Amino acid sequence: MSMLTVSGVETFYGAIQALHGVDIHVEEGEIVTLIGANGAGKSTLLMTICGSPQARTGSIVFESEDITALPTHQIMRKGISQSPEGRRIFPRMTVLENLKMGAAFSEPANFDTDLEQVYTLFPRLKERAEQRGGTLSGGEQQMLAIGRALMSRPRLLLLDEPSLGIAPMLVRQIFTAIKQINVQQGVTILLVEQNAYHALRLAHRGYVLVNGTIQMTGAGKDLLARPEIRAAYLEGGAT
Amino acid sequence: MEYFVQQLINGLALGSIYGLIAIGYTMVYGIIGMINFAHGDIFMVGAFGALIVIVGLGAVGFGGAGVLIILALLAAMLIAAVYGWALERVAYRPLRGSFRLAALISAIGMSIFLQNFVQLSQGARVKPLQPMVEGGFVVMEKGNFAVTLSYLQIIIVVTTVVLMAGFSLLIAKTPIGRTQRACEQDMKMASLLGLDVNRTISLTFVMGAALAAVAGMMFLLYYGVIDFFIGFLVGIKAFTAAVLGGIGSLPGAMLGGLLIGLIETFWSGYFTVEYKDVAAFAILVLVLIFRPTGLLGRPEVEKV
Repeated sequence: MSMLTVSGVETFYGAIQALHGVDIHVEEGEIVTLIGANGAGKSTLLMTICGSPQARTGSIVFESEDITALPTHQIMRKGISQSPEGRRIFPRMTVLENLKMGAAFSEPANFDTDLEQVYTLFPRLKERAEQRGGTLSGGEQQMLAIGRALMSRPRLLLLDEPSLGIAPMLVRQIFTAIKQINVQQGVTILLVEQNAYHALRLAHRGYVLVNGTIQMTGAGKDLLARPEIRAAYLEGGAT
Repeated sequence: MEYFVQQLINGLALGSIYGLIAIGYTMVYGIIGMINFAHGDIFMVGAFGALIVIVGLGAVGFGGAGVLIILALLAAMLIAAVYGWALERVAYRPLRGSFRLAALISAIGMSIFLQNFVQLSQGARVKPLQPMVEGGFVVMEKGNFAVTLSYLQIIIVVTTVVLMAGFSLLIAKTPIGRTQRACEQDMKMASLLGLDVNRTISLTFVMGAALAAVAGMMFLLYYGVIDFFIGFLVGIKAFTAAVLGGIGSLPGAMLGGLLIGLIETFWSGYFTVEYKDVAAFAILVLVLIFRPTGLLGRPEVEKV
């Protein structure tokens, strides 16, 4: 039984169809990556898993429970959390307050341990604890977004383009952190990336999303070796 | 000088009442970006709730003035909170996600409804209340002009200061306040963190209404007479206060309320009483023209 099973999901924004019957599954302990061009529907898929917008057809099952029709806030209390597109840091809250918001529904007794774990992963956040979220650099905001998502002790973490708009040096640091979260904390990860090279090297498996449908799937390293993937997503774009 | 001090005292008391109502406007605007034009009528409902409890309990010969006032205040807050909650649930929530004007029109409709509802159920005539808190201090005296600071004015200002301090603390330091600010800053992200956004919005309406009810109770005690229409003018002035302070800003609402109270009082004291409303609304026009973000407001940045 997969941890997450998405089957036949179609999502619309008003009259515009963004996903045309997507099937993916994520097994416990995996890092699965979703690559694709701008507008392919990667972020839409992550948001549909979170119920915002809800899938019009198809089903989404998380840990044997059908969550397709649940409201977003209930889905997010079941052990899923997301570091969304654009990071969405609360700009007029301090770093610490942002992290507290991430832990709004977790056991208060765990707070100090979880905070320490996030600070160990991203020491920069500890230095900036009292600074307002809006004043952080892009990379620091990304760390905060991931840290905030971890504060609820998720079993499944959805990451939307953690490398977007970030200095190359920090990109490596972020990907190292993602690996650590998976290996050391045992969190299953579904990673959306445009930086296909990094993502496919890191992931156990990958899906290629084109115009709202899955076009290809396979082990990360196999996908990385395929000429059509190299041509479409890597040539000139690799870092 | 004596005259000035007297106007200052009067203005502070009036400004306190405006400030408490303005908080409701500014918080609702902050979280869902709409002007709740029925908020003034929630204030009116609160004043009526207080009056009914005072008259009712007084009729059965209950307790002294102090106990009566506290009971009436709690009852008024509860009644107004229920109305505020129902207002959002019935008239605004179904329109969320619709075009912006829809909720605004709905608010004006609810305002008219509440006025007519109270007019029908309580009668159109003004409702007097005998003074419950009498006496005060003579602060200074010159000739036959005595500057008085009434006990009631002290109660009004002190209650307001305590409530505003407590409320600011609630927003700044507690988990409830943090949730409130999170929804205000990014509602979608708040729901991605497991927050029930609808519940937070309801709570905002409930808190704003409870504060308006306190203002309603004070208005009732201060002026000794209310009717179904008081919410209109007082509501629009409190709205002016919220705009003057910077709509969306909590300290702004408090400051704006105080300023509008002072401006109105000094205008009546030194110029003409007949034009005091003109003075208050001229401020609204000037602020909207020259400083639309208000004194303490942030410039509106369109979120992408």
